[in-house]
Amino acid sequence: MIVRTSVPALEVVDLTKAFGGLVVTQSISLAVRPGERRLIIGPNGAGKTTLFNQISGDMRPNSGQVKLFGTDVTQFAPCKRAHFGLSRTYQIITLFTGDTLEHNITLGLLGLLPSRWQMWRPLSHYGDLATEARRTLDAVGLLHLARHPVSDLAYGEKRRVELAMALAQKPRVLLLDEPLAGLSNTERSTVKSLIASIPRETTVIMIEHDMDTALDLAETVTLLNYGRVIVDGDREAVIADQRTREVYLGI
Amino acid sequence: MKWIAAVALGALLVSLPSFAGDFYINLASQILIAAIFALSLNLLVGYGGMTSLGHASYLGVAAYLSALLTSRYGWGHGPAAMVSIAGTTAMAACFGIIALRATGLGFLMITLALSQVLWGLAYRMSDVTNGDNGIAGLTRPTPFGISLESAGAFYWFALIAAVLAFLMMTIFVSSAFGSSLKGVRDQPRRMAALGFNPWMIRWITFVYAGFWGGVSGLLYVYYNKYIHPTSLSTTSSAEALLGVIAGGSGTPGGPVVGAALVLLLKNYASAYVERWNMLLGLVFLFIVLVMPAGISPGLSKLTAALRGKSR
Amino acid sequence: MQFWIIQGLNSLSLGSLLFLLSSGFSLIFGLMRLANLTHGAFFMLGTYLGAIALRSYDGLNLWVAAIGAGLVVAAIGGLFERLVLTRLKANPLGQVLVTLGMSFIISDACLMLWGGDSIPVPTPQSLQAPTRAFGLVFPTYRLVLVGCAIGAAVALHFLLERTRLGAMIRAGVDDRQMARAVGIPVSNLFTIVFCLGTGIAGAGGVLGGPILSAYPGLDGDMLPLALIVVILGGIGSLLGAFVGSFVIGFIYTFGTALFPELAYVILFLPMIFVIAFRPQGLFGRVGA
Repeated sequence: MIVRTSVPALEVVDLTKAFGGLVVTQSISLAVRPGERRLIIGPNGAGKTTLFNQISGDMRPNSGQVKLFGTDVTQFAPCKRAHFGLSRTYQIITLFTGDTLEHNITLGLLGLLPSRWQMWRPLSHYGDLATEARRTLDAVGLLHLARHPVSDLAYGEKRRVELAMALAQKPRVLLLDEPLAGLSNTERSTVKSLIASIPRETTVIMIEHDMDTALDLAETVTLLNYGRVIVDGDREAVIADQRTREVYLGI
Repeated sequence: MKWIAAVALGALLVSLPSFAGDFYINLASQILIAAIFALSLNLLVGYGGMTSLGHASYLGVAAYLSALLTSRYGWGHGPAAMVSIAGTTAMAACFGIIALRATGLGFLMITLALSQVLWGLAYRMSDVTNGDNGIAGLTRPTPFGISLESAGAFYWFALIAAVLAFLMMTIFVSSAFGSSLKGVRDQPRRMAALGFNPWMIRWITFVYAGFWGGVSGLLYVYYNKYIHPTSLSTTSSAEALLGVIAGGSGTPGGPVVGAALVLLLKNYASAYVERWNMLLGLVFLFIVLVMPAGISPGLSKLTAALRGKSR
Repeated sequence: MQFWIIQGLNSLSLGSLLFLLSSGFSLIFGLMRLANLTHGAFFMLGTYLGAIALRSYDGLNLWVAAIGAGLVVAAIGGLFERLVLTRLKANPLGQVLVTLGMSFIISDACLMLWGGDSIPVPTPQSLQAPTRAFGLVFPTYRLVLVGCAIGAAVALHFLLERTRLGAMIRAGVDDRQMARAVGIPVSNLFTIVFCLGTGIAGAGGVLGGPILSAYPGLDGDMLPLALIVVILGGIGSLLGAFVGSFVIGFIYTFGTALFPELAYVILFLPMIFVIAFRPQGLFGRVGA
């Protein structure tokens, strides 16, 4: 067995979140290696999205820590974590529907740049950002729609824009919250190949219900139930594990 | 098409004093002042998505500061103007920190509460503010020695200020920062995840809006040579909000149209219709129910439809 | 000593009026998520209706006038809710704006119909004689007002806790979508609650008449107080409205008596602090 001494890209230590009397995540601990493809599964209400929300900073945990590449980011606001290389997509579409695709991605690129505070030059004058945005749209196969408003797009195309926006910033850690939800078969395979082609510089952690498709993309799997980690390890091991069967089949 | 309209408007504005009588020139000055105020509020409402019911505070405080410094302490207009604007902007900075603890309805109520506090102070601290009597007998400044007493001279002063205000605020909202402001208005969570700081973006906008509100306050007190607590009241803020929404908060020109409309209704309809406030209320209801995007977008849709039909 | 007693009693009677005013506001805010900026105007309308009715009809009883005014105001409120507010379900900002507009309409209508002078509301004859107790003299009507507020509080509590309607209202306050999902007719409930809230305000206006009189601007004086009470006490909480009313009654009465120039500051400071540091108020629920 090779002992890896590298710092985990993402580490979560004893993360607990409760709303009043309801404990949604219970002492969750996990570590994701740089470049790894981790899938988080579990029945509805298992605490998956709440876990993501605590990692991204949208929610503050009651106790526990979140670490990115060794740095404790638990007290960091979401925007600060973005500057640490964290990026995420959401279950619902959170795009700027009245704006063009190109504007959406350009805005996404602006988020990490000092020029986002600049108060006199119009965004349209940033030619290099526009070029980069178009390149990103091309990578997800949507360059032909660059000048269209997001509202013109089909649901599957919007999901690809979400993904593009998250990838545009070349994140070190990418959280994908149910990226395949609600997609048709063709759309699903398009998005799946997009996820598969994400470079190894980005560590990918994904929540998904569609196990058939998602398992192919995963190297390691974490199973959550009732806010706890039940099984955690390599894909094959988790699939074969008795406890996985118990959670899903109620045996 | 838009360029022709803009040039025509510009020509009209520049040539106005040469053909119109004092009455209309003064009316135009008032509209310009109201326009600056409405544009500053629209930074918050239209571009920032922050509806404030207390914006008159900034107009009123700047006006009162200038009035007090010049009439009671004998300051010159130059230093008085600088201190008034600085004070108003500082106040906006503080109020912004308090108000931005909340969003939406909570924000609305805090802005309402803060402006009521100021109104109460203006009304009750008669030793300082002269209470219900207001402060009268004020003077207009004389920039570079030029007197602003005549209607025409003051009009030019107001026009230059309004053009400057319009340009600077338009540049602000079109800039990279402006884009981030609109982004925070539409999807604050997404913006935070992208690395933008929504609180800071909102707060900076709040302060900037307060600054321009203060500028309009100075022009207001110079024009009227008088200031009264009603300028700080909730009704004042509500009228401004109505102007912005009626005109169309999503467009750069909309607030100006709306402010002009409210001003005209207020000053001139009241000669024919006794109950101005009731009319204001009915207009509010009408606009919100029938034209929620405001008059400006409504008009452009209308002209687009007419052009389409004539083909 | 007499000063403190009198101010204390004034605080209690103001608190009682505030409860009659703000209980409706709190209910409407809690269930419909609507800051009803017309509420002060509805209160004032009630005061005017009561004042005019009592002036015109000689044998009319204050209590009957209160009930009558309450019903009229409730009817107007209901019409407003049905014709205007329901059309703006998707536009919460628009809802706030139309309530503001409606308040302008009502206040100007009162001015138009009944003029700019303040119209007194006579104290009921049976309650005009002062009460003597513990060697001190109290205006009787103010004591009775406190009783009215307590009575209203008890009645509302009974309605909310013991009746089916109340259960539906509470469900709607807690979770509107869920309530709809289990079949509660939420939009009818909205109309009922709006009528109830504004009706109480209207009746409260009449009951407050002997102390406040009907005058233009009464709405502007009362609305901020209702806002403060509800923010302080917590949205949708009847107990919060009750406690908040009396706390504000005390702060306002003693504040105005001791520091007249700073009355508004003293009044609004708690509200600002609550919104900034404890948005759910003293008794409200988090996540409203």
